[in-house]
This record gives sequence, structure tokens and C-alpha cells, in this order.
Amino acid sequence: MNDSVLIAAISIIVAGLTITLGSIGPALGEAKAVTQALSSIAQQPDEANTITRTLFVGLAMIESTAIYCFVVTMILLFANPFWNYFIS
Amino acid sequence: MILSPDQIVYYQWKGVGELNATILFTWAVMAVLVIVSRYTVKRIAAEGPIPLWQNLLETIVGMISGQIQEVSRQEPFEYIPFIGTIFIFIFSSAIFSVIPGFLSPTASLSTTVALSICVFVAVPYFGIKRRGLKAYIKSYFQPTILMLPFNIIGELSRTMALAIRLYGNMMSGAVILAILLTLVPLFFPVVMQLLGLVTGVIQAYIYAILALVYISSASQAHQEKDAEKGEEKYE
Repeated sequence: MNDSVLIAAISIIVAGLTITLGSIGPALGEAKAVTQALSSIAQQPDEANTITRTLFVGLAMIESTAIYCFVVTMILLFANPFWNYFIS
Repeated sequence: MILSPDQIVYYQWKGVGELNATILFTWAVMAVLVIVSRYTVKRIAAEGPIPLWQNLLETIVGMISGQIQEVSRQEPFEYIPFIGTIFIFIFSSAIFSVIPGFLSPTASLSTTVALSICVFVAVPYFGIKRRGLKAYIKSYFQPTILMLPFNIIGELSRTMALAIRLYGNMMSGAVILAILLTLVPLFFPVVMQLLGLVTGVIQAYIYAILALVYISSASQAHQEKDAEKGEEKYE
């Protein structure tokens, strides 16, 4: 097994791991946030506007961790700096 | 695989630069916004039946100012030009992606980084304007002087997070669409495109709200007084 195969194999495996672990965490976090928000809206329907707005902002913040993992995965798969360095 | 519209080059000037899809579509969005606004402002009517476009723009501006007032608990008029421009630009570049052939300029990292640098500069601008230079710099030494490096790192990293969040969200829509087109070319990509449209609109809102939160937290000194005032207003 030469170096280029090693780099490719490790990149692909790590890309898969990144997106797997990186989507499990935010999924759990978002589920928790949405559960809380729904029960809050059920208790206080008058405050639904504020709760929904805060929920959306919070969800986006949580989701951004998943997005970072996605960006890293895309970089590993399609714009891998080590791969480019090795080819050149 | 094309990850950003930066890679699509239409025309190249030797040694000067290039015309890529990001620049082209950014200017297209800007041109549409400017032309619509100019057209409306020229026909503005203070009384009698108001024109269609004026009604639309007044609704948009009213909505934005209401949101700014609710979130920051401050007078919205200072923030509307900056926050509103950012919101309308990101919003329309997400919405225009229903036009075939249009590539959203916010799916390119260079656009989102540029927008985030604007926010990065606007935070001290509004902070110094409201509180004065001394009070603003003092806020970096809160709660103790030991926190100075962390405050600076926080300032930089949230700017980066702002850029990458928007870029990742817009880019992921395009990438998932491209992958799905090779797997299930019929019908299903349309559903994902609809989802992408929703994500784009929400992201525009989030970006504007976060920029507003960063800016208004930099001018926090007045906040407690204003918060009381705001509380009374809502009751």
C-alpha cells in the first residue's frame, strides 16, 4: 500500500466518521430543544411568537455544528489539501 | 464536483481578474434590488391610493423594524439600514434560486466571508458610536483583564462561524441536490429544493438576527434602561 492509497483511504473513512458523529450530536440537541419549546408553547400559547423566534435562532446555532462537520467532510472528499499536495 | 460558484469562470482578464458566477449573480441581485427600490421611491405617494410596490416595501421595512425593536429593545432606526440590507440581500439571493440557471451567491464562501467582515466592522462602529471609545474598549476587559484574549478570540471565531454557517447551509442544499440527481432523478430533488428554499429563508433571518444581537450587545450600556422602557411599550 503506497502513500496515495493510504491518504485516500484515511480521508474517506474519516469523512464518513465526521458526518456520522457530527449529525448524531446536533440531532439529539435539536430534539431536546424542540421538545422543550413545544411543551412551553403548549403551556403558554400567548408567548408562541417569542418562543418560536428564539427556537429558530437556537436551532440554527445547534445546527451549525452539524454544518461545520459537513463542510469538513466536503473538504476531505472533494478539496483535500493533503491529496492535492501529494499529487503535486 | 463544483463546490462553489467561484469555480465557474465566464471571462478572464489577463492579470486583472476574472468574472465568475459569484460576482455575476451578486451584481444581478444587487441590480434587481436597486432597480425595484428606485422605481418605487420615484413614484412614492404620501396620500391617496398608494402604489403596489410602495405597499410591499413599506410592509417589509415595517416588519424588519418591528423585529429589530423586539430583539434589541432599542430604537430600530439606527440599525435598519445595515441589518435590513443584509437580510434583504441574503433573502433575495435565496429566493431567486427558483429561477433556472441562477446560482445563489451566498453559496460561495467569499460572499459570506465578505458579509461577515461587514458585521465584524459594524460591531465596534455601533459600539463606539453609542458608548464612546473608552467604554467600548473597557468592555473587552470584563470581567477581569485575564479575559482579554478570550474576548478577542470570541469576536473572531463568531465572525468565522457566521460565515461558515451561511455558506454550509446554502452549499449543502446544492450538493445534496447534485447527489440526489444521480440517484433518484425524478420528483424527489424537487422536494429537496423546496426544503432548500425554506432553509435559505430561515438562514437569512438567523444571519440578520445574529448580526443584530452582536451589534446590540456591543452597545449594552444603555440596554437596561431601554429594556425597562421597552417593557412598558409592550404592555
